[in-house]
Amino acid sequence: MPNTDAMAEAHDPLVFEHRLKQQAALEQRRDAVMRIVRQTVTFTVFLALLVGLYTGYKAFGQSIDDAQHDWAVIGSVLPRTDDLNMPPVSEIFGQFGETPGGQDQIYARILFGEALFTLREAFAGFLVGLVIGMVIALALAQWRRLEQGLLPYVVASQTVPLIAIAPIIVIWGRKNFDVFPWEWQDWMSVSVIATYLTFFPVAVNGLRGLQSPRPENQELMASYAATWWQALWRLRLPASLPYLFAALKIAATASIVGAIVGEISAGVEGGLGRRILREAFNYTTGPDRLFASVLGAAVLGIFVFLVVTGVERLVVGRHGGGAAT
Amino acid sequence: MNAIDVRGVAKVFNPGRSNQVEALSGIDLSVESGEFITLIGPSGCGKSTLLRLIASLLSPSAGSVQVNAKPAEQARLDRDYGMAFQTAGLFDWRTVAKNIELPLELMGWSKGDRRRRSAEMLDLVKLGEFAKHHPSELSGGMQQRVAIARALAFSPSLLLMDEPFGALDEMTREHMQDELLRIWGETGTTVVFVTHSIPEAVYLSTRVVVMSPRPGRIAAIINADLGDRTAATRDDTAFFKKVTEVRVALRDVEG
Ligand SMILES: Nc1ncnc2c1ncn2[C@@H]1O[C@H](COP(=O)(O)OP(=O)(O)O)[C@@H](O)[C@H]1O
Ligand SMILES: [Mg+2]
Repeated sequence: MPNTDAMAEAHDPLVFEHRLKQQAALEQRRDAVMRIVRQTVTFTVFLALLVGLYTGYKAFGQSIDDAQHDWAVIGSVLPRTDDLNMPPVSEIFGQFGETPGGQDQIYARILFGEALFTLREAFAGFLVGLVIGMVIALALAQWRRLEQGLLPYVVASQTVPLIAIAPIIVIWGRKNFDVFPWEWQDWMSVSVIATYLTFFPVAVNGLRGLQSPRPENQELMASYAATWWQALWRLRLPASLPYLFAALKIAATASIVGAIVGEISAGVEGGLGRRILREAFNYTTGPDRLFASVLGAAVLGIFVFLVVTGVERLVVGRHGGGAAT
Repeated sequence: MNAIDVRGVAKVFNPGRSNQVEALSGIDLSVESGEFITLIGPSGCGKSTLLRLIASLLSPSAGSVQVNAKPAEQARLDRDYGMAFQTAGLFDWRTVAKNIELPLELMGWSKGDRRRRSAEMLDLVKLGEFAKHHPSELSGGMQQRVAIARALAFSPSLLLMDEPFGALDEMTREHMQDELLRIWGETGTTVVFVTHSIPEAVYLSTRVVVMSPRPGRIAAIINADLGDRTAATRDDTAFFKKVTEVRVALRDVEG
């Protein structure tokens, strides 16, 4: 028992127990750094693997082609390996540095501008969806009846295919939304679609989070004669934050998807959705540009996910909200 | 003036429904100011329910609960209660000091006054150096001490505790009992304490209230005046006699 000496030194067994915990916390912090390093390495290795697989498969298919063999699987089940179906990785990444005909900017710069445009639509929709989702979560948490009555509709709203409702929202926007003091723009309809995808995870997780404090915690607030607002602000909202951020990570990427699909259905110019659609039309003359534009959308999705994760670190921090101990 | 007057109280949960439970029936209990009362009895006999009725977290189905000569509801609104539960129930997103300041914030204390008071309370529970720590960094016993500091921070006239040491190991538990008695002696607060443990009840209280189940009633009230508790008390024959007395009363209840 190497601990006996330390035990004898500590005047207070509780404080001794604390020292052990403190040491564990220190080790945790070191583990956190190691985790980030590991994650970065893993991500890079996987990216290399993916590129290797793509390139290897392409080379394999091409070698068979060159040998004039008829390999039945390629082209029927697996994609053909010619440059039209699978442009070389070097060509795809090369596209970012090219200047497409009639433009004076490199492709990466164009995609960046369009990504910002889509990001703005998505972000506006995301914010509105966050507010609407939280209001719904609060209402459902407050009135049990409402939870039984409204929740099925909230769930059902998400089973309607986005492709179907996007044009409806755009048409409504053009014809009906004139109550606003500003003129309704088509990109705002795109934002509404992003809102549609955002509010749902926020409402569902927000509700779970608001209901997460233990009964004793609620009773504690009641014993202080705390008002509804005080209990919300000091207990239920902070307790809901970890749940909320889990939802926001889903919502952020979903809002990007919503904005891209929305742009395509609404025919809104200037964003990544429109870009991807155009590159799909011009596929035969520039397949590598389509691949590059889709990569751009993926990077945007990863970016917003990382932003939310970063904000979570700042707001919730190491100690988190969540289950009060 | 009595700190607590419970008169003819009954509590029925879900009345008129298939899951109706008669939790308490015909409860009469008076607690003098400055007393340390423990409630003991088999699980489900209504100890927590009685505590919550006194705290006005529940309202009685019959009878009345007066606290400091006013209805319990009024006493709650006047913030006469400090509460502690089996789980410390600290808010993990707040530091230890901020946890203790929570009730003070709700009561509109100034920032300076809050700081000063939380420092005092941390000294009282001997955790002065942990003000800036977060609860998750503390051991279970330390968390429970913070919870007690929080309950006492605004000097409530009543401290209501529902098995606060139930989740602690035996060593920590005895340590905490001594801490609580010291604090009780220093603050003069009236304490109502729910426990499962007979020695704990005898060691802590001036009177032990033994309860019986289905429906919950008060079966016996046993005086436990053993004088000042010291290190020797736990090995005292007078102490063991009281423990036996409570055990016998409980055996009658469960038999
Ligand atoms: N909120 C509630 N709704 C329905 N029944 C309850 C509720 N709270 C307690 N009870 C019931 O009342 C009885 C007494 O419970 P409780 O006061 O928690 O007992 P104890 O604390 O002595 O173990 C038990 O039968 C319990 O199931
Ligand atoms: Mg209980």
